[in-house]
Amino acid sequence: MGLNRRDFFRTAGVAGITLLALDTLGAEKEKDSDVEFRGILYDSTLCVGCQTCETICAETNGLPAPIGELKPGVLRKTDENHRTVVNCYKTTKGELFIKTQCMHCNEPACAAACLTQAMCKTKEGPVTWNGDKCMGCRYCMVSCPFDVPKFEYHSSNPKIQKCTMCYDKIIKGGIPACAENCPAEAIKFGTRRELITEARKRIVEGKDVYVDEIYGEHTAGGTGFLYLSSVPFNELGLNTKLQNESYPELSKGFLFSVPSVFVLLPPLLLGIYEATKKKKNDKTEENE
Amino acid sequence: MNNPAIPISKDKKEESTFKFILSELKPKGKFFTPFNIISIPVILLGVVLIVIRFINGIGAVTNLTQEVPWGLWIGFDVVTGVAFAGGAYVLTFMVYILNMHKYHSIVRVTVLNGFLAYVFYAGALLLDLGRPWNVVNPIIGNSFGTSSVLFLVAWHFLLYMIAQLIEFSPAVAEWLGAKRARKILSGMTIAAVIFGITLSTLHQSGLGALYLMAKDKIHPLWYSEFIPILFFVSSIFAGLSMVIFEGSISHKVFSKQISKKNHWAQKGIVIGLAKICAGAMFAYFFLQLLVFIHGKRWDLLNTPMGYWYLIEMVGFVLLPMMLFVYGYKKNSIFTVKFAAILTMLGIILNRLNVTVIGFRWDAAVSYIPSWMEIVVTLTVIFTEIWIFRWVINRMPVLSDSPEWVKDEK
Repeated sequence: MGLNRRDFFRTAGVAGITLLALDTLGAEKEKDSDVEFRGILYDSTLCVGCQTCETICAETNGLPAPIGELKPGVLRKTDENHRTVVNCYKTTKGELFIKTQCMHCNEPACAAACLTQAMCKTKEGPVTWNGDKCMGCRYCMVSCPFDVPKFEYHSSNPKIQKCTMCYDKIIKGGIPACAENCPAEAIKFGTRRELITEARKRIVEGKDVYVDEIYGEHTAGGTGFLYLSSVPFNELGLNTKLQNESYPELSKGFLFSVPSVFVLLPPLLLGIYEATKKKKNDKTEENE
Repeated sequence: MNNPAIPISKDKKEESTFKFILSELKPKGKFFTPFNIISIPVILLGVVLIVIRFINGIGAVTNLTQEVPWGLWIGFDVVTGVAFAGGAYVLTFMVYILNMHKYHSIVRVTVLNGFLAYVFYAGALLLDLGRPWNVVNPIIGNSFGTSSVLFLVAWHFLLYMIAQLIEFSPAVAEWLGAKRARKILSGMTIAAVIFGITLSTLHQSGLGALYLMAKDKIHPLWYSEFIPILFFVSSIFAGLSMVIFEGSISHKVFSKQISKKNHWAQKGIVIGLAKICAGAMFAYFFLQLLVFIHGKRWDLLNTPMGYWYLIEMVGFVLLPMMLFVYGYKKNSIFTVKFAAILTMLGIILNRLNVTVIGFRWDAAVSYIPSWMEIVVTLTVIFTEIWIFRWVINRMPVLSDSPEWVKDEK
């Protein structure tokens, strides 16, 4: 019995390396979980409809300048050239503005739909698109409850266009262009947790101003983009009929059933085959 | 070395096989048939449109919008086409797993039909992909979107095509006279069948599951969490109706190839299939009814979309189901064929209602396919029929296997 010198060193070495590896893995995990989802709080009561966010977004992303007149009754939509638009609605409290863009869901339907992981919920919070992976199937567009991803139909090398919350800037410690340049300070960037606290604070302090709800806190399983408003959100054209569970939840049941079907069905079929085969021997022989 | 006879004969054989294939590539039969006269111009036009699509983008030939990103090419070519190809897994189940020998004579043609349907209709998917050069990403590489239903469907399409090819391969071997290969390949049949049925169960329902996340976009009469099950059950009678329909045409067009024995057996086969169709349709109708009542959708019925829903359910599910029952009770082939056509129309209606008509039914600008999308769809269908005819005329699909197959047994 007993270990000789060489064995001892070997065992110690393996154990040491394993421990080290485990340690680094553990450390990395901890680091990842330290990163909180970033988000944007948009306070529609502060927005003056100057469209600076539209212009600066187009400039930052190398897209054409905003088009269309901003006035009530005209619904402007995001498209493959415009990642964000501001609209004006006639509401019970007069004409109000609202900005629309990607909602950066906590559990995005587009990312769950993507079969190549081209659509991706980054650990920092933004939902981004990777052209090297995307095969242009547009299932993300089918799945997104907010109709956000837009496709370049008139290109032989089409891209999916959507707001990325200026991911490139965020990972370098910057803040999204729209939040940085909003003259009315209606767009606030931060961690989602902080923003919800901030939104609650504003609602409590301005009881007469705000409706007591944050759009995006629970909608579609929670979104990175949060709205505050002085009127019910449907008056501002936001879809208030969306479910509060996340959208990937809808196809989870089906996906979970796949492995069990794959494990259970073949043996069942084989069993039936064996059971009916015996009869075959009694009958005349059959060709393939 | 010891036995030079073997390599020499092998070389000789390879050469002759090569020559044989070359000679078989040439067209056979009359060229100016009505089908050729219609299909050739359509195919040529379709090819031009496909070239335009790849130069100027998908928007150049389709009417797809940002709200409706999947149109005719997905809703009809892929979703409906695959439902019609369901006959292959149902028949292989009946013949190989349940050992219902009665249907043996139509298995090969059905598997061939299914295989070609998958190749062409899933192949049509490439036309609809904006970035088709990345199509291998979900198959090889490190881009596995395992949380996606489409990922599952893509893999299943690929694997099922391989399974069907194995199921069909003995016919190819018989055509080439490859005795050894035939023995090996036919030994793989049962494994391919079991694998194929499992894959079919999952991707027929998976095509429905694709639309589960589009909860707010599909008209509530067509959306429920049971879409996958409804798609699966309806694929059974969709596939069998296609078998009945295709069989009645094949028996006219390719009548020379079909032996007398199989020709007489056809009637019994059609009546048998009618019974199965009626049963599956009853289950389907009952499921639809349950979904309807469970979803408390009575108030939706008295709307234009509600009438449309009733037309589909009564005119294209309930009616053909009763016709199938009537057909097999009265032994009327005509009634069964008529019921099969009605059923197929009903399947087209149902799949399009989920994927195109009921999808964003409330959108300001509704999607109506362009004539170019329809031409490309026809191109795909016609090309498939061309290949189908080519194979039927050469391989023992409808005709009996060559004599040496029987000798071997």
